[in-house]
Amino acid sequence: MAEYQNIFTQVQVRGAAEWGTDDQGTLMEDRAGTPFFSNLLGWFGNAQLGPINVGMVGIASIASGLVWFVIVGMNMLAQVDWSIPEFIRQLFWLALEPPSPEYGLRIPPLNDGGWYIISSFFLLVSVMLWWLRSWQLAAEQKMGKHVFWAFGSAIWLFLVLGLFRPILMGSWSEAVPYGIFPHLDWTTAFSIRYGNLYYNPFHCLSIVFLYGSVLLFAMHGATILAVTRFGGDRELEQIYDRGTATERAALFWRWTMGFNATMEGIHRWAWWFAVLTPITGGIGILLTGTVVDNWFIWAQEHNFAPMYDGSYGYGDYQSYESFIGQEG
Amino acid sequence: MLPKWFNEWNRDNPTNIYTPGILVGVVGGAVLVAALLVAWGQPFATNSLQTGPRGTGMSVPEFKADLATPDPAIEGVMENPPYIPEGGEDLAGDIYQNVQVLGDLTDDNFNRLMLAMTEWVAPDEGCAYCHGDVDISEYGNDDLYTKVVSRRMIQMTQNINENWDGHVNANKEVGVTCYTCHRGQNVPSEIWFRLGPVTSSTAGWSANQNRVTVQSQFTSLPSDALESYLLDYQRIGVHNLESRVSEDVTDPDVPTWQNTERTFSLMNYFSNSLGVNCVFCHNSRAFYDPAQVTPQWSTASLGIAMVQELNNDYLVPLKDEYPPERLGPVFADAPKAACKTCHKGYQQPLQGTNVIADWPELATTGAPEYQPATQ
Repeated sequence: MAEYQNIFTQVQVRGAAEWGTDDQGTLMEDRAGTPFFSNLLGWFGNAQLGPINVGMVGIASIASGLVWFVIVGMNMLAQVDWSIPEFIRQLFWLALEPPSPEYGLRIPPLNDGGWYIISSFFLLVSVMLWWLRSWQLAAEQKMGKHVFWAFGSAIWLFLVLGLFRPILMGSWSEAVPYGIFPHLDWTTAFSIRYGNLYYNPFHCLSIVFLYGSVLLFAMHGATILAVTRFGGDRELEQIYDRGTATERAALFWRWTMGFNATMEGIHRWAWWFAVLTPITGGIGILLTGTVVDNWFIWAQEHNFAPMYDGSYGYGDYQSYESFIGQEG
Repeated sequence: MLPKWFNEWNRDNPTNIYTPGILVGVVGGAVLVAALLVAWGQPFATNSLQTGPRGTGMSVPEFKADLATPDPAIEGVMENPPYIPEGGEDLAGDIYQNVQVLGDLTDDNFNRLMLAMTEWVAPDEGCAYCHGDVDISEYGNDDLYTKVVSRRMIQMTQNINENWDGHVNANKEVGVTCYTCHRGQNVPSEIWFRLGPVTSSTAGWSANQNRVTVQSQFTSLPSDALESYLLDYQRIGVHNLESRVSEDVTDPDVPTWQNTERTFSLMNYFSNSLGVNCVFCHNSRAFYDPAQVTPQWSTASLGIAMVQELNNDYLVPLKDEYPPERLGPVFADAPKAACKTCHKGYQQPLQGTNVIADWPELATTGAPEYQPATQ
């Protein structure tokens, strides 16, 4: 007899596919695909796949994103002289780089960042349309716009990196390369160039919210799974009609740390922690190079870069010979 | 297949064998691993060289097994004490034709060094590698490029030992000889050539990086770091030394994050050349701050200046002497040196073995000063 558990071993009930409510008679207009069921998907979430509500905005977003993707890929391919084996071999090294610094905010040649500007325009259109779509779909279901605003916080960081900060710096060259390793190189170089981003207080806040999000996610997930046996996974019911699951979960955390979130409030905690991660991070990036040019010295001026006592050199080993065991 | 009573018994007595099976497997496996670790110890034990104050996390870790294994090339350093001149001997410059360097040496010491150089650079080819397959009376000829180049290399070695004493003898007498780079090979390993743009389809910052090259040490960082800094004297530092500065990134004199990537590429090359990490020299919280570096940073800074001089004054001007097969693949430029050419992955070349003690002839650009062996 299968047990009812709510992760990995969910009982997969199969009936007619769920199409959703259609109280305005318009919901069928944008539906695409015939829904079907997948056992594999059912192990992780809902076994039903589709239908998808793409809509004109979604199609435009995907098309525009595809243009960006193809421009990036074609530029990478051109850099290896259209050799597919080299493209595969060096894929993680290749990138479409922003223009050289000397072009400032002018339009650069195609082979020195021009394609980057063009592709970035399509990426911008794609992302903004996808953002609009998250509003439309929520509106159609008469939902709140929480997903829209949360996605907006990520878009804020995206715009800071690729649009706002380059404009404030006066050069498109400040944008982030489109490439696997190269965008990581940018991140490292950006931190080093501006005197260590770890001393940027907004970077600190962003890390706090990022790690805080992870912690809250784990705490909330664990709490709900732990009270599922009392009906705690029916969170919405528990919000308006608190039952023993909520009482026990709340008591557990009050015993643990003297305080507990509420069945509804925990979701506000999680939403704000998640949303504040890119908001604070974006502020930190926006200030870097525009307002503050060396965060370590800035931290020294504001008295939070401690000095350490002790010597620099070979430490207790005294010498290289001692470290490699040639002495004694 | 199986007896009927067995199948029936199993059907009537359903038993969960998986839970105890997994439990016994996991716990048993953990106990086994723990027992092996206790019995044999940590198989990948490390030692750490603390390079900065406590709390800064400055540490260079090495496997104990690696630390216990000396650089195999040290075996090739031969003991070969000089013949102390008693005065009055004929000097090589008087005995042989066309001796432009090493003319101050006695005949014994001159031939001792010539033989050693053969072992260091051309052990298979012997004297003929530089002098040609001719009678010894013809050895004064400058017919072969190898002889012309090696004369300049002797001058370079003398210059390094004398004028870059602060780098090559930073901690104690170590010095360099031909062997430090050559290690018994005609052409030293870890030499480098100019690469220029790494793509033909792009220009500017897009064209100098994001390729798997030796010059980028197989990273996606710029491939032109060595030629920019160790040949062209470009500025390595990228930081502002005040917290807030007004500057324009389109100004070529203002370092950008792209310049930082190039510096990072050079620093990564440094790390690989010496087998160390960033914090061997720097406190990584403030890479630029000269008040938070180790003494090794000063030695390395001297090394940068030394390599710039070696490339520009000694190696690059030899370009016209070389045959085509010795020149670079892109610009047909002369082979150049950098950290790794000598260090070959060790903090000190040949792990700090004193190679110059027996060779006062290579330790100075002037006449050698012989002293009775003190070792």
